[in-house]
Amino acid sequence: MDPGPAQPPYVVAGFSVPRVMFQVLVALVPVLAVQIHLFGMSPLLLVAVAALVAVACEALALHLRHRSVRPCLRDGSVLVTAALLALAVPPTLPLWQLALGVAVAVLLAKHAYGGLGQNPFNPAMVGYAVLLVSFPLEMTRWPAPGGDWDAMTGATALDTLRNGLRQSYTMQEIQAGPAFGHVGAMGGEWINLAALVGGVYLLARRIVRWHIPVAMLAGIAVPAALFHMFDPGAHASASFHLAAGATMLGAFFIATDPVSAATSDRGRLVYGAGIGLLTWIIRTWGGFPDGVAFAVLIMNLAVPLIDRYTVPRIYGHAGQ
Amino acid sequence: MKLRGLRLDSHTSRPLERPIRVVPPPATLVLALDQGSGADALPMVRPGEAVRVGSAVAAASGAAAAVHSPVSGIVREIAARPTSRGASRCIVIDNDGRDDPMATAAPIDWRAMDGSALIECIAAAGTAGLGGAAFPTATKLALARAAGAELLLLNGAECEPWICCDAALMRERAADVVLGAQVMLAAAGAQRCVVAIEDDKPEAIAAVEAAVRAATDARIEVRVLPALFPLGAEGPLVAAVTGREVPHDGWPPQVGVVCQNVGTAAAVARLVQDDRPVMSRVLTVTGSGVQQPANVEACIGTPVGQLVAACGGYTGECARRIAGGSLTGRSIEGDDVPVTKGMNCVLLASDADLPSRGPARPCIRCGDCAAVCPAGLLPQQLHVAARSDDSAALARFGLSACIECGCCDYVCPSAIPLTARFRAARERQHLADLERRRAIEARARYERHQRRLAEQAEAERQAFDTARRRARGADPGDR
Repeated sequence: MDPGPAQPPYVVAGFSVPRVMFQVLVALVPVLAVQIHLFGMSPLLLVAVAALVAVACEALALHLRHRSVRPCLRDGSVLVTAALLALAVPPTLPLWQLALGVAVAVLLAKHAYGGLGQNPFNPAMVGYAVLLVSFPLEMTRWPAPGGDWDAMTGATALDTLRNGLRQSYTMQEIQAGPAFGHVGAMGGEWINLAALVGGVYLLARRIVRWHIPVAMLAGIAVPAALFHMFDPGAHASASFHLAAGATMLGAFFIATDPVSAATSDRGRLVYGAGIGLLTWIIRTWGGFPDGVAFAVLIMNLAVPLIDRYTVPRIYGHAGQ
Repeated sequence: MKLRGLRLDSHTSRPLERPIRVVPPPATLVLALDQGSGADALPMVRPGEAVRVGSAVAAASGAAAAVHSPVSGIVREIAARPTSRGASRCIVIDNDGRDDPMATAAPIDWRAMDGSALIECIAAAGTAGLGGAAFPTATKLALARAAGAELLLLNGAECEPWICCDAALMRERAADVVLGAQVMLAAAGAQRCVVAIEDDKPEAIAAVEAAVRAATDARIEVRVLPALFPLGAEGPLVAAVTGREVPHDGWPPQVGVVCQNVGTAAAVARLVQDDRPVMSRVLTVTGSGVQQPANVEACIGTPVGQLVAACGGYTGECARRIAGGSLTGRSIEGDDVPVTKGMNCVLLASDADLPSRGPARPCIRCGDCAAVCPAGLLPQQLHVAARSDDSAALARFGLSACIECGCCDYVCPSAIPLTARFRAARERQHLADLERRRAIEARARYERHQRRLAEQAEAERQAFDTARRRARGADPGDR
């Protein structure tokens, strides 16, 4: 299969998938740190359990698929899936539920489709979606930052906002509530900031390219800003949307999963913008606490179509 | 089109420390009929025949230029020998060491000649693209002349790591390059000439600029390009200098450009100065596997081993010999492979020179390959199409525009041998096309055969009818 170095080129840069995945894990450290600061050690426990379950599931799947277990495990991709899912769920989530989500992500969303590189859907988001529809209560209660979280779990800022607006409260009344912080959600805005820091690190190390994050953030911010401008009483501002929920985590870590994303630069702009727009729509009119997971999954569905219509112009071929 | 490619360490400082050194002609020369263009020249000599310096030993044919003997001696045999393009037919000549010339060398009065006469002269001298393609220079110039190309683009970009023979040649023989440019301007009927050089060769740029000033020819200018691999490939170079793109099914003359290598220009200068055909070339001998990396001028047909000997011998670290650079070169075996017109470098690489790739992993569609592809392709999509041998998808994603530069392989984090797979897919397609064409021809032949049979039967029947009528007419009483 591999013609090996018998054929040119005889030299390579020595980038590798394991190193890419390691860099992503490094970039997630600020998010984990902020979550630990806000919620205590439980986020660390979630990440550890998710990682263990993920590695076990991956090893099992590789064994069942008659693949060599060690080299495939070493690519580190399954750790990224586990970490993303663990950091996206509330820290109060029962561990068995998290384990179930991880198992679904690794076994169904990844290996049932043929493993690394073959999955049409973002595995972490499949796991998240399954958990959200299976355990809606546990998945929507976030602890109040810093407090005794057994007593003080409550709805997220995005939830509060939507419910408040449906009950005809004004924006000022809603945003005076305990779930809100300076710009976005209480606590959530710090998590978003941490994800932004990690994302900028990934951009600087050229692990991800700018197209998807920028397009996704624009896809959220532009409609939010427009609606806020014309009807500020019924629509939250762009800055709130950017600093709430899983916006930054989604833009830099989730939507940028290259396997399930569109593949050309132009395609990635369309893909990212679609995720942003759908996220904002689901947040504004949907019934879920956040829209990122479903927006990503829906745009995953659209990837073959996007890829078909965004093939870049080839040298020497006039126009398309 | 955006310029895409790789910024790479050129590894050229050591060979450029020394001037070009001349390698003495070897005792036995091996002149490959395929000098690097993929086509064989037609041998014109027989074993046992005597040749002199400059005798034509093989005639031009298609994409192969004529081949001349660089020494005097006896043709030993015409046989398959290992070359940089695999085993291929070669004329083996035993050097008698006397260097009997064909005739006394005299300058050609090229200013008095018209374009087509110059082109004939260049063809007769076996001039071929010394940049590596070894395509006959005269054919290109004739195409350019016919198409009315306005720009002669001299390629001194030399973008591939390890190779620096053009840089050395421009430093030391810039006047030859400029003279060659003037001759080729006349031959192609072009109005102006751009010498394109990458910005990591300041000495070469200065030397050529000085030579242009000395020649006081306002038609020639030096253009400095960013050092980017593979900017020296024809398509990217034309785009970088003119902003025009060579049509995917066409030639540079269609966009008014003819490309020639600076080494080819210097060879043309030698031709008009001394009436010498192409019998030697400058090439780089480099890598950690050789004691004194250098640029050498060697006779075509010199075995690689002699080049190494002229550069102080092996260091003991040589793990691999490559004809060409590290990205597009060809692996060669042993010391006997001969220098050809298309051989611009012999890289004697240690393991450290060429860090090998790990095992291939699945593609994660990261798109790093697309970001560096000079042809604007999506190698990650081509890879999927090639794996499933989907010819429609391969065509849609532009397999034919791939120039096999290897940039995608270089950056691939999954260590997938993309270029090798694309090359294989292209060969498969080529074979399938041949097969299809053969089937169509066979069908046409069969139909013609059937038609002929039918016509023959018809003719026989008519002949029979006529004969019968005539027989009846002649003998009505028979009724």
